[in-house]
Amino acid sequence: MTLSVNDLSYTYNRGLPTECCALHDVSFELSGGCVLSVLGHTGSGKSTLAQHLNALITAQSGSVAADGIDPAGGADARRSVRRRVGLVFQYPEQQIFADSVAEEISFAPKNWGADEEEIKRNVAWAAQAVSLPPELFPLHPHSLSGGQKRKTAIASVISAKPSYIVLDEPTAGLDCVSAREFEELISGFAGKGIGIVHITHDIELALRVSTSILILEDGRGVFYGTPGECAEFLCSVPVKGLVLPEVLELSKRLRSRGVIDTLEWTPEGLAGRLEEKWQMRTR
Amino acid sequence: MPRETQFILSGAEFSYPGSSGKVLSGIDLEIRAGEWVALLGSNGSGKTTLLKILSALLVPTQGSSFISGSSQDDAACGRKAPCAMVFQNPEDQIVASTLEEEVAFGPENLGCPAEEIRRRVTHSLEACGLSGMEKQLVSSLSGGQKQRLALAGALAMQPAAILLDEALSMLDPQSRRAFTEIIASEHAKGRTIVQVTHRIEEIRLAERMLLLKDGKIEFDMPREDFFRMRSEDLAAFGLELPPFEKLCEILRIRGLLPESCAADIGAVETYIYDAFGK
Repeated sequence: MTLSVNDLSYTYNRGLPTECCALHDVSFELSGGCVLSVLGHTGSGKSTLAQHLNALITAQSGSVAADGIDPAGGADARRSVRRRVGLVFQYPEQQIFADSVAEEISFAPKNWGADEEEIKRNVAWAAQAVSLPPELFPLHPHSLSGGQKRKTAIASVISAKPSYIVLDEPTAGLDCVSAREFEELISGFAGKGIGIVHITHDIELALRVSTSILILEDGRGVFYGTPGECAEFLCSVPVKGLVLPEVLELSKRLRSRGVIDTLEWTPEGLAGRLEEKWQMRTR
Repeated sequence: MPRETQFILSGAEFSYPGSSGKVLSGIDLEIRAGEWVALLGSNGSGKTTLLKILSALLVPTQGSSFISGSSQDDAACGRKAPCAMVFQNPEDQIVASTLEEEVAFGPENLGCPAEEIRRRVTHSLEACGLSGMEKQLVSSLSGGQKQRLALAGALAMQPAAILLDEALSMLDPQSRRAFTEIIASEHAKGRTIVQVTHRIEEIRLAERMLLLKDGKIEFDMPREDFFRMRSEDLAAFGLELPPFEKLCEILRIRGLLPESCAADIGAVETYIYDAFGK
């Protein structure tokens, strides 16, 4: 079962003077339990791609299919795709509309026609998956902290038990401690067999959490591969909007000077590699 | 010459209507004109509320706030804006349909003549990398482009102070760097900058750091002292060392990098190569 995108293209305002090509022949495939990060400059088409994945936008050319279902197949197909693919927008807490956390999280399963028992089970599962304690359930979402609001918004998407979740910049505006929690959350979702599409500007985060990475530049996929391949690519090809993270930059320089043999992109990884090197030298 | 006072808060407290909890309490703060101040702290620590009080969007429920500059005249416009704020989510502040209308909104409200408005719109859009998009619809922009537009709108007001609430959060790394350069250049012109962020990388040039916890200012320190703080101390404020500084910290703890080596790529590369690369 996969979420697949083949040669997807999309142009805003087609035929008008303001016509703007947002996506051009983009392709990737995501299986359950895997994390695909999408990197790219501001305006590279990341959010347009996200909106195609749960059929908010229909492909103008190329195709999107969730578990083989193409939303171009009509209203029923679109409904099936939306059931399978949950989309969490940038600043999802701004979409919160219910008067309590529990009501907010139960909206999706209610909307999909689940019975009372199933709704309760799904709400408990979703809240636990994002580490929201039940004592918050009766509270008004707007009385929560920023991190808790975002978790509520995400829980309200996953309570429909989607097979895939699209997270558009899930850590924007969160403090570093909450951002770390979200990093664990992404891995936790993948561990439950959910496929994750993670849209981000944070190269270090993408290299840490992903199974595969797609880089968009002006709507075109200029790279698609593993984190290791992505690190090599970023070290050899300049990409619009992206700056080589400093740890990777140092790693690249030390490799080119023969100090280390492989690229490292985490502080712990590079420190470990240098420590090994030092121990070998002093042995 | 001592700098003029831009903001004074005395014993300021704030509670949102209908809530008994205090979001801010016991805030005594003076910010001088031309300072670059970073407001740091975990989600919910009161940073945004404090910024809104500085911009007079909110008034303290107890204590007082004073904002200088509201009575000053501008040579080109009728009035000078005491401050302009760039919100975390640009959707919260954009009001116009096209980019040029959006940027013109502030100076127009200040009573600037048409020629001056045009000059400011052109200059601000150019500074924010949005030249040539004047007639484009705001609705066609990405989140990051809207964030740049919000900054352009603030710059066009030529305010005495620019208040930034996580204003770089939707930007790609290159745009973030460019945005920081714009802020630095505005600061160099004498503008006061008050910046809320969770990313230490964005405030390397700030002069003064205010660390908030549970609605109170726990620390008010110069940049030099802040950058000597360790990971575990920063974590209490929801902060993390940037990855490169984190690497340097690990290398120092393991005895692989001397304290005297600056946390700078070139310096660390040279030290490591000389010490055990050859």
